[in-house]
Amino acid sequence: MALGSPRGGLARQTLLQRLDAAAHEAAPAALGIVLIMLSCLPPLVPGQPGLMPSAGPAAVYFWTLYRPRLMPPVAVFALGLLTDLLSGAPLGVNTLLLLLLHAAVLSQRRVLARQSFLLVWVAFLLLSSLLLSLGWLLRVALAFAILPVMPAVLEFGLTVALYPPLAWLFVRLERTLAVP
Amino acid sequence: MIRLSVPLRQAIAKLVLPLLIAASFALMLLGKADTVIAERARVALADLLVPVYGILSRPVGAAQDAVAAIRALTDLHAENARLREENARLKRWHDVAMALEAENHALRAVLNAPADPTPGFITARVVADTGTAYARSVLLSTGPRHAVRKGQVALDQNGLVGRVSEVGSRSARILLVTDINSRIPVQIERTRARAILAGTNGPVPRLQHWSDGMQPQPGDRIVTSAQAGAFPAGLPVGTVRAGPGGVMEVELSAELSRLEFVRLHDFGLSGVLPPEQVTRPEAPARRRGGS
Repeated sequence: MALGSPRGGLARQTLLQRLDAAAHEAAPAALGIVLIMLSCLPPLVPGQPGLMPSAGPAAVYFWTLYRPRLMPPVAVFALGLLTDLLSGAPLGVNTLLLLLLHAAVLSQRRVLARQSFLLVWVAFLLLSSLLLSLGWLLRVALAFAILPVMPAVLEFGLTVALYPPLAWLFVRLERTLAVP
Repeated sequence: MIRLSVPLRQAIAKLVLPLLIAASFALMLLGKADTVIAERARVALADLLVPVYGILSRPVGAAQDAVAAIRALTDLHAENARLREENARLKRWHDVAMALEAENHALRAVLNAPADPTPGFITARVVADTGTAYARSVLLSTGPRHAVRKGQVALDQNGLVGRVSEVGSRSARILLVTDINSRIPVQIERTRARAILAGTNGPVPRLQHWSDGMQPQPGDRIVTSAQAGAFPAGLPVGTVRAGPGGVMEVELSAELSRLEFVRLHDFGLSGVLPPEQVTRPEAPARRRGGS
């Protein structure tokens, strides 16, 4: 949308260019949606059902860190809402968690974006541990009952463990986006 | 598009995040206050996504079959021997069952007691495992014209899986018995003692609140109980085993880790036992038909 700003009469964009730009802008969020949907497929190797964590936190973290313009708050909200609706979770929990993650990463962007992958991963570990504990507390408050801790810890471990492969995928997409 | 001045646009951009965070809290309150809206939204999304999942889950199913086939190849020999032995044992049981069925028929005829009606069922494909750390549910693709209703009992080939919790126009969601909100009245087959099967979000649900002095023993078979009229009596659920800390857990007969198809039974139960369970209605007289 910002690309539509006038840059002088000569550089008026054609329809194709606009479509291309729109596709670029929507690509991260679209990939996020696809990944969240894929995480709900039946597991390939029979295991405990419902073990697959959502790709939401990793996607929001990565894109907010490296391309915040491509992961605006509205997209974060949409990803959270999709997760909530798909998983039958209380509405608003995942939207809130992802938005808080978005805000936290935005505030620390300048420092974090220059660090090595390992440090970025450790930061993701710390942030998602905070986030998932907050999520657990929220759910306990919404359900008026103490929920078991173990599944939440497992979800946290898997979310963190899945970050490197997801980041690899995102870097791929990011490189194709960098060359218009 | 309305042209806005740059400072104004920046101010709006800064406001979006706090506004959306506030909207999340509003959603939480809304979902708590009006569960119907949240359910409608979920059902609408499920209806939208089920065709996609229907296509996506097919290669997954094929891959699962391949993995299972390769695993089966490795222990083909041992499996064969086990099956032979089991077959011999089952043949003996088959004879016993046939004899008992004949005797049962004879006794029913003497007592003039009607046989239990055989319930109709629909088979549906499981297309998505929508479980998380906090809830256990699966999504079914039911096809556009179906007779699935909320509260129907879902079984796989071995035993109880859960109940239908949401129904859309071509999808349905099943709350699995392992979900933390699932409470199912069950019976210990050996002692006929009643108990409650409570989900924990873990792989094995727990047994709670059994009648005094009717302590379940590891190895006891658990079946559903008709108490409260939510389930018909006698559906296989699983076997008792002693868990950590003296908790009685139930090893489920159903294979929740690889649900592919489930049968949705319509037992016509909706919470309270309807009168036709006791006295069956007479066949409708068709006198008006010809005239």
